[in-house]
Amino acid sequence: MDYLSGITARHMDILKEIGNIGAGHSATALSKLLNKKIDMTVPDVKLVSFNELTEWLGGPEVVVASVFLRIEGDVPGSLFFVLAVEQAERFVKQLIADEDFSLKQPPFLEIGLSAFQELGNILTGSYLSSLSDLTKLDLYPSVPALSIDMFGAVISHGLIELSQVSDYAIIIDTAIKEEDQSENVSVKGHFFLLPDPESFDILFAALGVNSDA
Amino acid sequence: MLEILDVVKVGIADLNVVKAPERIRTSGLGSCVGLILYDQLRQIAGLAHIMLPDSTLGKIGSINDAKYADTAVKKLIKDVVTIGAKEYSLKAKIAGGAQMFQFQTSNDLMRIGPRNVEAIKEQLKLFHIPLVSEDVGGSSGRTIEFDPSTCDLVIKTVNQGTKTI
Repeated sequence: MDYLSGITARHMDILKEIGNIGAGHSATALSKLLNKKIDMTVPDVKLVSFNELTEWLGGPEVVVASVFLRIEGDVPGSLFFVLAVEQAERFVKQLIADEDFSLKQPPFLEIGLSAFQELGNILTGSYLSSLSDLTKLDLYPSVPALSIDMFGAVISHGLIELSQVSDYAIIIDTAIKEEDQSENVSVKGHFFLLPDPESFDILFAALGVNSDA
Repeated sequence: MLEILDVVKVGIADLNVVKAPERIRTSGLGSCVGLILYDQLRQIAGLAHIMLPDSTLGKIGSINDAKYADTAVKKLIKDVVTIGAKEYSLKAKIAGGAQMFQFQTSNDLMRIGPRNVEAIKEQLKLFHIPLVSEDVGGSSGRTIEFDPSTCDLVIKTVNQGTKTI
């Protein structure tokens, strides 16, 4: 837990603000794409054990549609965009104007997957460019990759770097939902930012706070 | 008569052991590998949910044994022997080690699944434990459950249903 010991409530607030700005831009982009009002929740920043993290959206076996990318550059880390399968389906149907698109059983329609990947690309791209603008740091995202599978299997991919130094992760989680969607759906749209351990000091320094302040 | 069967759950980077009629399971294996060690005669089994191939990858002093292939195999042998298994009759089954996201990368860590599988096989060889069956690789997440009374390992994936090895 060494790298986490210097992190205070003030640092957590800064991470919250990062989630706020990043997901705010993404929600705006999504809203424009779908021509629909999108709500965003207050970001949740938590220090969690790996097991708590895999339980995050209702357990490791919950099936989700996810887009994942690695961030290289000044602040390496992992970024996930995770949606309930039904919600991904709805978004894609609208994007490709095809009511028959389904993510229930493969083979999935190629153009639909491609549209979902592009959606993830646009949303994670606006998340990262706002983060880069805010911090004046250079971020180089990898090409986003797509997976529709168990949440535990998907999210553990973002823990590989962290797992070498810790059994805990700091997760910056911002949820978005469509305005007409009911409050109690289990999986909303989530952005998960998981900075690599060495990224925290750089992030804090770029925003004018020393990590041991 | 109604029989209540207990299933012991093992989390990520964790391990545990059971005796029949208890079963043992772990959910949402991606690039991680689930390793089962079992003693068929004594109906004892252990399961480790392994994340990384090599504890020298760890950059901190204190390490969680269950996280790395080399330390997890040793610890799991010790734990099943503690509850009555004989080391000479241990056998192994493994599942997992998928590559959840397909993309080109120079980062070796992104190919962690296959490296986990190799590392575990090496360790099993070192301890002369026969690997009876495996279901590794691919790009699907797996949930696995082992029953020490039948020695069946049931593997569930999202799109390919259930199979038993």
